[in-house]
Amino acid sequence: MTASKFALNRRAALVGLVGAAALIGTPALAEDTVKIGLIVPMTGGQASTGKQIDNAIKLYQQLNGSTVAGKKVEVILKDDAALPDNTKRLAQELIVNEKVNIIAGFGVTPAALAAAPLATQAKVPEVVMAAGTSIITERSPYIVRTSFTLPQSSTVIGDWAVKNGIQKVAVLVSDYAPGVDALNSFKEHFEGGGGKIVEEVRVPLANPDFAPFLQRMKDAKPDAMFVFVPAGQGGNFMKQYVERGLDKSGIKVIGPGDVMDDDLLNNMGDAALGAVTAHIYSAAHPSQKNKDFVAAYKKAFGTRPGFMAVGGWDGIHLIYEALKKTGGKADGDSLIAAMKGMSWESPRGPISIDPETRDIVQNVYIRKVEKVDGELYNVEFATFGPIKDPGKLKK
Amino acid sequence: MTVLTILFDGVAYGMLLFVLACGLAVTMGLMNFVNLAHGAFAMAGGYACVILVNRWGLPFFSSLPLAFVSAGLIGLVLERLLYRHLYGRNHLDQVLFSIGIAFMAVTAMDYVMGSQQVFIQIPDYLRSQIDIFGIGVGRYRLMIIVICGLLTVALQLILARTRFGSRLRAAVDDPRAATGLGINVNQVFALTFAFGCGLAGLGGALGAEILGLDPYFPLKFMIYFLIVVAVGGTSTITGPFVAALLLGIGDVAGKYYVPKIGGFVIYAMMIAILLWRPNGLFGRSATR
Repeated sequence: MTASKFALNRRAALVGLVGAAALIGTPALAEDTVKIGLIVPMTGGQASTGKQIDNAIKLYQQLNGSTVAGKKVEVILKDDAALPDNTKRLAQELIVNEKVNIIAGFGVTPAALAAAPLATQAKVPEVVMAAGTSIITERSPYIVRTSFTLPQSSTVIGDWAVKNGIQKVAVLVSDYAPGVDALNSFKEHFEGGGGKIVEEVRVPLANPDFAPFLQRMKDAKPDAMFVFVPAGQGGNFMKQYVERGLDKSGIKVIGPGDVMDDDLLNNMGDAALGAVTAHIYSAAHPSQKNKDFVAAYKKAFGTRPGFMAVGGWDGIHLIYEALKKTGGKADGDSLIAAMKGMSWESPRGPISIDPETRDIVQNVYIRKVEKVDGELYNVEFATFGPIKDPGKLKK
Repeated sequence: MTVLTILFDGVAYGMLLFVLACGLAVTMGLMNFVNLAHGAFAMAGGYACVILVNRWGLPFFSSLPLAFVSAGLIGLVLERLLYRHLYGRNHLDQVLFSIGIAFMAVTAMDYVMGSQQVFIQIPDYLRSQIDIFGIGVGRYRLMIIVICGLLTVALQLILARTRFGSRLRAAVDDPRAATGLGINVNQVFALTFAFGCGLAGLGGALGAEILGLDPYFPLKFMIYFLIVVAVGGTSTITGPFVAALLLGIGDVAGKYYVPKIGGFVIYAMMIAILLWRPNGLFGRSATR
């Protein structure tokens, strides 16, 4: 975002706020509760995202208490079913009626973008815990992200592939913003390193049958295929990949780790074995911090946490730590200032918030799907990082 | 040889579309009822199969008829309780009613089974591809073609050659006269509806492996069912069959040869065919 646009937004926000303040009063004063409006998809195709984030936040509050810096932290959960119109309406209701201090969650990119102008206008921090398109944090000076960006993982797997003898790659991505982000960043790094892309297919988002696209991949005879499809379709894709015999023809699957989400991995069956992906989190991450996290999560909810759960866990941690730093002051500007540059040890490894872009800086791990104790896991074997969002470095 | 592989995939996809949609052709064409909840019965069959195979450990092949039966039974119950009250109502009422059922089915399934995609554990020998004269033939898709082919023949025979078939046609054309002839119209309609739902359920069970299965199935695939029935016309079974094959092959070939616009090919075909024959491929002229 340019400086002039920023100033303009601020002026507009100020004008709006003079009016708003007269109506609402000043909520930050003399309040002993900090309210977080959590907007996530709890129903619909993206529901697992919302459930993981909600679970992680509940778990965090169970383990760390719901009071911080003398303030009670109250989370108000709202379901937007990943529809941006809902997100916007819910964010508005939460800010105006519930007078929340922070809005958080946001399962998909359009939802995060829909709430951005409201965050700017009301000076309410928007903590993005899931959505992964690069541009999101540029849309408001009040957005902070604790999930990841697709370029982070896609560039790393591009570099890794070139260095590990993969020369020809066929690309298959879903045709929407995150897919295009993944495709472009992979392409830049893979081709930049001397690799060759022999086939490139963008699959419609609502695509029932991968057969014709997979046949195209097979006929292109690449060393590997780079895949990004939304988490829900990953299992379907891998099954058809095996059915068509692509595993036997030696075409490996590589990609950002969304396809191999811990949430779905076990259901995919042995089709997933051997897939190499780059991602920010695996339930098999070998740190003590993560072992404790996974054990507590399993005990509380009966399933293992995926990368969405970690995004939620770190999001609420960021809010707690920022409140500690401001001594309980919960106005947007103080919180954002406190969040910038903060760093801590997450279950995924060391992470920090880039003070300039308010985006997350983290390690990206290369992992391979293996069987551990009868279950499928993404076992990490190489670490890259710490990595800033490459999508913004270019500017 | 890729051409033949694509053709084979297209035929399998088309056959699957046919089994999924032909129940709708029956209710819409023969019974003149616009049942947009058709996909919900397909989903019911799919989930029945998942539960039978994955949880109860039944063999895949014996679960298929059970999926047919369970979707059919649900259809029968709903027909007796709800649907029959709307036979005489106009199409708009039927559309609103059945889309409501579809939404309720989505939410109910989300609540009971969770929103994540589920997979049926098919036998290992169905998982791979075999090579026949250089054509890559997926075993599972081959099985779909065989089952759906047999089913189509059986369906055609039932409607054209059996006593039940002629009773059904009589009951549809003139319910009052049929009643006068001693045909129990209510019973015929109930059985037909249940049979259509059963077919959808079988389609759902067969399709889960290829199309995926989650609670949004009824809404995601509604458009495909409607395209098949619209293009095929509703007065015969042959119409939707040919339509499903054409669309299946067109869709697969389009996505293979022109992937940039591949998702659009099926719609383009529908528009072209409907411009050429507004009542569908084998539709009679609109006298009804």
